[in-house]
This record gives sequence, structure tokens and C-alpha cells, in this order.
Amino acid sequence: MSVSLRELWSVFHGLIFGSIFLLAFAGGLAGLYSLKPEWVTVAGLAERIRRLMAGTWVMALVAWATVISGTYFIYPWYRAQPPEGADLANFPQSLLLSNLETAGWHTFAMEWKQHVAWFAPILATTVAYVVAYYGPQLAKEQKMRRTLLWLFVVAFAAAGVAGLFGAFLNKVAPVR
Amino acid sequence: MRIKDKPNGPAAAAVLAGAIGVFVIGVMTALAAASDAVGNMLRWVGPVGPLSGKTGLGVIAWLVAWTVLGSSYNGKNVNTEGIVRWSRVLIILGLLLTFPPVFALLGNVFK
Repeated sequence: MSVSLRELWSVFHGLIFGSIFLLAFAGGLAGLYSLKPEWVTVAGLAERIRRLMAGTWVMALVAWATVISGTYFIYPWYRAQPPEGADLANFPQSLLLSNLETAGWHTFAMEWKQHVAWFAPILATTVAYVVAYYGPQLAKEQKMRRTLLWLFVVAFAAAGVAGLFGAFLNKVAPVR
Repeated sequence: MRIKDKPNGPAAAAVLAGAIGVFVIGVMTALAAASDAVGNMLRWVGPVGPLSGKTGLGVIAWLVAWTVLGSSYNGKNVNTEGIVRWSRVLIILGLLLTFPPVFALLGNVFK
């Protein structure tokens, strides 16, 4: 039983960082949605805000770890050009493009994933900053809370597209 | 517990800056698809290719916008409705421009 360095990075990128982000989203969304003055006590509000701040900053940091590890560690292995006569199984992008039936996994799935994934850390950091900036006042700021919910959902959708296609690509042409 | 009101300027600056950052990623993606010269200029990190420049410029635009807007809106209350509306437009455009059929179409039209 062995795992190569490349496979280990893929596990950290998708299974650990990516999964933490996607899983934490539900908690963050519920925390933001339910942050209404009429739904929480004064003591409860302070505790909620502390939890929400910690959760959103963890999400933002994990999102950065996911895109940086994906772009600067795994992607170069994915797109490396094979030498003449090499086994394409070790060169995922070339393997996918070598067959019309699989080319779409690169031209659509990978192309979309690699760009849209970067929306997640930028928008998650924005949400984390605004939550930290307002603190308990956020409960009164209904419009801003709605805006943050929207940004949060877009960040999740971007990470979801990246995660979903990442999982498929890892099946069709894994980085080994 | 008494909550002291903070001005909305810094929060609005952060939201608009985030939207500008993702919009720039979208614009760079479309420009790289439309022009090989732009694509080559965006190869900041060789093994990563143009993706390094597209996302690098997006992150720089985000941080610069945040710094500039943050200092202009610091301590002020601003019209968040307009800022939120523009932010949504920029984010939706960013999403569209990073969608492969859209940037491939733009690439074919302008190449």
C-alpha cells in the first residue's frame, strides 16, 4: 500500500481542504441566515458572532489553501507536456486531449474549474472580513447580511463546481 | 449589551473590491482566450501557464481596489444599494467570462 507525493497533494487539495470548505459552508450559511436580533438573545448573539467569525475565517483560509495547492502544486503536474513516446497515463491533460471523447473533460471541466475556483477564496475572505468588521452589529444590518449570504452562496457554488469536476477528473485522468 | 454602530463604508469597500477581483479574473480569462499575445504575457509562472497571470492579476486588482476603496470609504456611510448592485453585476459578469463556452466564443470572435 503506497501513495505517491502527487496523489498525497491531490488528497490534501480535494479531499481535505476542499471538503472542509464545502462542509463548513452549511454551518456558515445557517449562522448568517439566523443572525437576526429577534431570534437570538444578547448573550447568544455574542457567542454566535464569535463562532461565525472563527468559521468564516477558517473557510477563507482553507479556500486559499485549496486554490494555491491546486494551482501551484497539482496543476503543473496535470498540464506537463509528455516527451516523445511517453505513456500518456502520466500526463493527464495530454491524455484527455488525445481522444475526442475525453477532450471535453479538459476543454470544459478543467477550464471552468481552474478559473472559477479562485472566486471562492476572494469572496469567502470578503465575507469573513465583513463579519469581523461588524461583529454583533451585523444582526441589525439586514441588507448587508443578505449581501453576505449571496456572496457566500456564490463562493460555495464556485467551490462546488471546482470540487465536482475535480472529483470527476481524478477518476478519468488522475494525477499520479 | 449596547451595540455601537459602525459606518458601512469599510464593509461596502470590501464587497465591491471582492467583486472587482473576480471580474478581473473573468476579463483576463476572456482576453487570454482571444489573444495569444495576452495569454503569453500572463505566463507568470512557467509550469502553471497563463492561469498564474489571470488569477494573479485578479488577486492584485482585488487587493488594490480594497486598499483604495477602503481608504476612501473609511469612517463613512455610503449608499450600499448602488454598491451591492454593481458588485452583483461584476460578479455575474466574472462568472460568465470564466464559463468555457463564453470565453471560447469570445476567443473565436476576436482571434
